[in-house]
Amino acid sequence: MTEKIILRTEGLTKHYGGVKALEDADFELRDGEHVAIVGDNGAGKSTFVRQITGVESPTSGKIHFDGREVEFKSPLDSRDVGIETVFQNLALADDLDVPSNLFLGREKIYFNLGPFSFLNERLMHTRALEALKTTGVKIPDLKSKIRYMSGGQRQCVAISRAASFASKLIIMDEPTAALGVQETAQVENIIRTLKQRGIPLILISHNLRQVFDLVDRIWVFRRGRIVGVVDKDKTTGNEIVAMITGVKSGVGDEATFA
Amino acid sequence: MAETSRGIGGLAFDASKRARPPELNVLIALIAIVAAFELLGRLLIGDSFLFNTRDNVDGIFNQQRLEIIILQVSIVGIIAIGVTQVIISGGIDLSSGSVVGATAMISMSFAQVALVNGQPNPKGVFLEQGWVDLPVIVPVLVGLACGLVAGLINGALVAYTKIPPFIATLGMMVTARGVARWWSKGQPISFPTESFAAIGKGLMPVVIFVTLAVLFMVILRYTRYGKYCYAIGSNEQAARISGINVEHHKILVYSIAGVLAAVAALVLSSKNLTAQAGMGVMYELDAIAMAVIGGTSLSGGRGSIVGTMLGALIFGVIISGFTFLRIDAYYQEMIKGVIIVAAVVLDVYRQRVRSRG
Repeated sequence: MTEKIILRTEGLTKHYGGVKALEDADFELRDGEHVAIVGDNGAGKSTFVRQITGVESPTSGKIHFDGREVEFKSPLDSRDVGIETVFQNLALADDLDVPSNLFLGREKIYFNLGPFSFLNERLMHTRALEALKTTGVKIPDLKSKIRYMSGGQRQCVAISRAASFASKLIIMDEPTAALGVQETAQVENIIRTLKQRGIPLILISHNLRQVFDLVDRIWVFRRGRIVGVVDKDKTTGNEIVAMITGVKSGVGDEATFA
Repeated sequence: MAETSRGIGGLAFDASKRARPPELNVLIALIAIVAAFELLGRLLIGDSFLFNTRDNVDGIFNQQRLEIIILQVSIVGIIAIGVTQVIISGGIDLSSGSVVGATAMISMSFAQVALVNGQPNPKGVFLEQGWVDLPVIVPVLVGLACGLVAGLINGALVAYTKIPPFIATLGMMVTARGVARWWSKGQPISFPTESFAAIGKGLMPVVIFVTLAVLFMVILRYTRYGKYCYAIGSNEQAARISGINVEHHKILVYSIAGVLAAVAALVLSSKNLTAQAGMGVMYELDAIAMAVIGGTSLSGGRGSIVGTMLGALIFGVIISGFTFLRIDAYYQEMIKGVIIVAAVVLDVYRQRVRSRG
């Protein structure tokens, strides 16, 4: 594995008023590496993702991406440098079909007439078929609106979009939380193909079985802080659970309710 | 291949779930309403609604009635084209009727003749300045500019202050009506030039309505602008994350709606040969009703210009049909209200069925 660091945060902190949602997070991700972020509800996982994708601006701290310091003012900024995110709420337009959703905001056009540019729907359709093929997703009718699709199909469309545009990093916030067994397997397969393609991934998940199956390293968040990072091969599920609940960090009293 | 006919997760894909286009339902409703009037006409007054029953005129259909049906909805129909785009992108425009009033007053005052029967124009607004007998392009551009300004303000308010579109355009509705009254202190403005009067002459309103409808049908269906209207109305957050400049797009949509209201004002004042401060009252609601009857969802993301045209036709058919059956105009208003509410109820019901199934 290359030792190039693709993403690094230094002292990343986010306060919402008096609530310290994220404190002094030092995180790093190597190129091509797949990592998981685990932790209890409210541990700061999603807050962390919102800072590194530009959905929110951190209270303090630095983000280095691909060798230089970055400051994301909006999700667009992070997308422009090659970070694609699959948000928990999917961010799909229900009334549009699959190609329109895959290319939303990046439509293929014939020639530029500003907002009145005519869309090259044929090209988008072909590219959508290719994108779905590389991720192994089967959607019977691309022209069908997203509204009429199952949760798994929607999730696959969202992930295919991220996977086909991500050039440097892909982030998934609980991609299988609402899915059934088969659909979860499908999403996990997509993640494995990303690994083969060498695209780094940050996976947020509550499912430790999935985490151990898919990633190289596991970052554990607790109460807004990073309490540890371990290689998957050098740890056990019990150890991770201990870290999540705080038994290992020597503040076991606090964890009794967990 | 069994595999491709299935969705993932073992969920079979059911082609019948892909509901037929709502426009088809509207078309069926239109045909049913026409048939109902035809039947009622034959039963109640022994005359045909649709077909020609007079010997002294040629043709299978009652040409005159068909013309009136579409002519009487053309002007509001032009407004409805813009309103449809606003509603699809998740907004609402209550100001169009008042914008019609203000635009009609202002543009008409640049379209007046100098002399009426050899005397100076008694209604002349800019007689002293000598701004009379101007080429038709002047009042047209002035009118379109009025609509554009109103639309820009609506759009900017909605996009940047984040106040609900209902409130922003309600403000414009009241303000524009005020402008219409203030412009000539409530006096009607009359005696336009020949060339201005040609804009709304005869079936010109129909021609303009259909031309604009086809133009925006293409724009909504095939361009990036159209795609963004549906995307923003469908899921504004997703549109934003996907890189669409939602603010700019909203301003564009409201501006187009404003300009279309101005076109309607030009046609209307030209057709009537006069402009009055009270012109266009309630037009915004008729336009919204046409869109909604045509299958445009008030919650955004769904609708089409074809649907709105069919909605406008339903409107025209109902008004003509009631007149044909000699039903009092008062009842027409009441029935119109019922139809609007019924269309929205139907839309809400459709959404519930979808989210469940």
